[in-house]
Amino acid sequence: MMNKGKELFFTFAKIGFFTFGGGYAMIPLIEKEVVDKKRWISNEELLDVIAISESTPGPIAVNAATFIGKKTGGLTGAFCATFGVVLPSFIIIAAISYFLEAFRELSLVRYALFGIRAGVLALILKALVSMFGQSNKGALPYILMTASAAAVIFFDVNAIVVIIACALTGIIYSMIRGREQ
Amino acid sequence: MIWLELFWTFFKIGLFTFGGGYAMIPLIRSEVLSHGWAKTEDILNFIAVSETTPGPFAINMATFIGRTTGGMIGAVCATVGVVLPSFVIILIVASTYEKFKKNKVVQGAMVGLKPAVVGMIAAAFVTMGIEVLSPKDGTGVLSSVVSSAIFLIMIIPALKKKSPIMIILISGLIGVAANVFLSV
Repeated sequence: MMNKGKELFFTFAKIGFFTFGGGYAMIPLIEKEVVDKKRWISNEELLDVIAISESTPGPIAVNAATFIGKKTGGLTGAFCATFGVVLPSFIIIAAISYFLEAFRELSLVRYALFGIRAGVLALILKALVSMFGQSNKGALPYILMTASAAAVIFFDVNAIVVIIACALTGIIYSMIRGREQ
Repeated sequence: MIWLELFWTFFKIGLFTFGGGYAMIPLIRSEVLSHGWAKTEDILNFIAVSETTPGPFAINMATFIGRTTGGMIGAVCATVGVVLPSFVIILIVASTYEKFKKNKVVQGAMVGLKPAVVGMIAAAFVTMGIEVLSPKDGTGVLSSVVSSAIFLIMIIPALKKKSPIMIILISGLIGVAANVFLSV
């Protein structure tokens, strides 16, 4: 049991350390380490993990680590895997935050960040375009997209309120459609 | 009680982020800007740091904001907060996931949630874009022109899925060059 926990911790620490950008970038690495090498779960189960990650809140990395950890080593396994996937970023980011605090007033860093912020806007646009491409087409999705965007831009509505409202709309819509059929 | 507040704020962010990664930005904006823990500029800086360092975006963001507002204990509180909802929910769902997947309420909620996330990222893009690209006090029109130019230049490589690290690096270099040669 103890060894399993250790194994889960180190495997997921490796996954956490070598994934840049998070989210789906992590899937190929999970496949290689957890499905091919350790054989803790099958390929179908990995697809299930992805599907569940999509319909539960939180970062995909944490969802996947908790799920695979639980399946392989119970509650201790879940804890070890999740702790492992979180720890590398935690240490690296905590260290970087000290550097950034110390150097952010340096004019060279300030100039670089000035340019970088404009570049990051382009990255957000990319994320937006690809998420739009993957989303369902139809009247309801488009109405909800427009309404959520407008609520935030023009009325500064809290994101959590928008999420709850849209989830409820989706539930009610699906119930009505289910009854019609 | 900054630590408790960090924990609770990031707990909410973890609980209501669906899809991970950039889906988190609208929640960060709503929750973190309102606390005054970060400005729009900081959030964009954080995104750049997150893209160039390993690990999930959510963890990076929580650790960074926790550390800068509440020290190392703040970093721990924010990170535990953002992880805890997924951890608990997955533990519950893991044993019953066949039922969970087919649950009508879950499926219905997803019908509404996915477009909401897209709409709110669009909103984050527009509001943060206006703030970054428009001329501000102290900086001139020239700096706004340079920012806009960098943004426009980077759209094509970004959409072609070039490495985010490259895009951040080049944007930073242009920023430095513009300041050295044009002193914007």
